[in-house]
Amino acid sequence: MSPEIKPDFLISPEGLRVDGRRPDELRPIELKVGVLKQADGSASIRQGKTYILAAVYGPRELHPRHLTLNDRAYLRVEYRMATFSVPDRKRPAPSRREKEISMVIANALKPALFLEEYPKAVVDVFIQVIQADGGTRCAAINAASLALADAGIPMKSLVPAVAVGKADGQLLVDLGDEEDKYGQGDVPMAILPQTGEITLLQQDGFFTREELIEAMQMGINSCKYLHELQKDALKRVYVRNPEDGEDDFDDDLEADLGESEIMEDE
Amino acid sequence: MAVYFQKREVVVPGQLLAEGRYRSSFGTYDEGGKIYSSLMGLAELRGNTVKVVALEGAYIPKEGDLVIGVITLVAGNNWKVDIGGPYGASLHANNALRRPYSDDISEYMDMGDVISAEVSAFDRQSGPFLSMKGRGLEVLEGGMVLEVSPAKIPRIIGRRGSMINMINDHLRIDTVIGQNGRIWIKSPDVKRLRLAIKAFKMIEDQAHTSNLTDRINRMLAEEVAKLGGSDSSEEPSAEVETVDEEEPIEDETVIEPEPEIIEAPEPEAEAESEAEIVEEAPVEEESEPEASTDEDDKPETEEVNE
Repeated sequence: MSPEIKPDFLISPEGLRVDGRRPDELRPIELKVGVLKQADGSASIRQGKTYILAAVYGPRELHPRHLTLNDRAYLRVEYRMATFSVPDRKRPAPSRREKEISMVIANALKPALFLEEYPKAVVDVFIQVIQADGGTRCAAINAASLALADAGIPMKSLVPAVAVGKADGQLLVDLGDEEDKYGQGDVPMAILPQTGEITLLQQDGFFTREELIEAMQMGINSCKYLHELQKDALKRVYVRNPEDGEDDFDDDLEADLGESEIMEDE
Repeated sequence: MAVYFQKREVVVPGQLLAEGRYRSSFGTYDEGGKIYSSLMGLAELRGNTVKVVALEGAYIPKEGDLVIGVITLVAGNNWKVDIGGPYGASLHANNALRRPYSDDISEYMDMGDVISAEVSAFDRQSGPFLSMKGRGLEVLEGGMVLEVSPAKIPRIIGRRGSMINMINDHLRIDTVIGQNGRIWIKSPDVKRLRLAIKAFKMIEDQAHTSNLTDRINRMLAEEVAKLGGSDSSEEPSAEVETVDEEEPIEDETVIEPEPEIIEAPEPEAEAESEAEIVEEAPVEEESEPEASTDEDDKPETEEVNE
C-alpha cells in the first residue's frame, strides 16, 4: 500500500467531498442481523469501506465473580480492531484506544438497555473491526445495538450513532478516513431517537458554539435516518417480502443517484 | 386511545405500540402513558394489555416452570443444577427425596444426571430453587436432550399442547419439554428420533409464522409414511432397529415417564400467555397448503382503533 497522501482539498469547488458525497450525505450503509450462528445475537455493518461485526452473548453467568452487580446485569463491551483492518498492521495487543472506545460504547448503549432485569448476570458484546475507514466507533454502536436486539435483550430503543466533523470550514456528516485525518474536527454522537437523549457526544478539534449546535442538529437528523435503517434490518430477519427486490442493500436515499439499481444485481 | 400495531406484527425495540388506557406487560414499557416495545418480537393485544412475545432470549426462571436440568455438582444436601441461562439452580435433598435418605445424596442422583424439575422459588435476591416433588418430576434416563431457543418453547408445546401431542402421536415417542429450552426425547428407534429433531428444529426456525401446526403435521405424516409404510403408524414398538443410546436403564426410583401427565401443567400456563400467538387461523383451512407467511397474515390483520 502506498503511503497515503493528503488530498489537495476535502471539499471540491463544486461543494462535494473527496468521495463525491454532499456534506449532509451518509456513506452507503448495509446492516445485517443474525450473521453469526454461535452468538446469541449478532449484526454486521458496512459503512463505506468500514466493516464491523458485533456479537452478543448472554445474559449469562458472570466470570470473574467479583464484577457482579447485585441490582443489574453487567454490560461488558470489547471493541477490537483486526490486525489487517488498517493499512499499517495494527499490533494485536489491546491498545489504550481500544479500551477507551470499549468503555465509550458501553456508556452509549447502557442507557437504552433494561439491564436491571438480569441482576448478577453479564451481557457480553464483542465488536470486531474487520476493516477501518473512519467512523468505527459510531458504526460499532449501530451494529452492537442491533446485535443486542437480536439477542433479545430488552431495551428502550435502538441506538443509532454518527460522526459529524468539519473540513475546510464546512460541517460534514459521517466522516470518512481522510476527512477524519485531515479535517479540523470530529464529533461522534449517539442518540435515543424517541426522546432525543444523547448518549454519546465527544469532540476533538475546534468548533465554535454555533458550529457545534449545528453539527449536533445534523447528527441528530442523520441518526434518525440510521434508526430507520436499523429497524428495517431487524424486521427483515423475520419478515421476508418477496416484492422487495433489493433485499440486501438498504440505503435508498434519493441521493444515491441511481446506485441502488446497480446494487440490486449483486 | 389507539393501538399502533397489527395483530402478531413483528415489532422492534422502541416501537410505539399503544397510547391511552392500555396496560403494559411483558416485553413492553410504559413512558408517559405511551407503551413501547422493549424487544424484537410479536406484538399482542389481550383485553387492554399489550405484550410482546420474544423471538429470542436467554432462559429466565419463573416460579412453576418445568425445566430440564443437568446436575453439575453435589454439595452437601444440595445438588447444583445447570438449567441453562444466566442462573444456576440448586435443588435441596428435602425437595427431591423422601426422608429418611442417606447422607451421601450422590447415591440417588449424581453429576451428569438429567432431571426434570419444577422451579419452586426465584427472585432477584436468591437464585432459582428447584423441586422434584410432583408427578413426572424425576431423573430422565435413556433418551436424549435437544436444546432449542427457550423463546420458542411455547410454540413447540402449542395451544393446549396441540403441537407436542401431535408430534408424539405421529412418532410414538416420549418427550418432556422444559421451559428452559431443553427437550428430552425418548424414541424407540433412531429414525424417529431424527424425525422428531427435524420437527423441533423446523418449529424453532418458523416459530413466528402461522399455520405451523398444519405444516408440521403434513411433514410428519409424509415422513412417517415413507419410513415405515403401514406398520410404523400402527405398531411402532414392533419395529426392530439398531438402537444403542435408547436402551432404557431401569432404576428402582424411576417410574416410566408419562409425557402426557408431565405436560399437563403446561397448557394452562401457556394458554394464558401464549394462546393468541399459538392460535392458528381457522378461517383458511386447507385452501393454500404452502402459502407464504405474508399471505397467511393478511386476512387476520386488523387495525384496532378506539
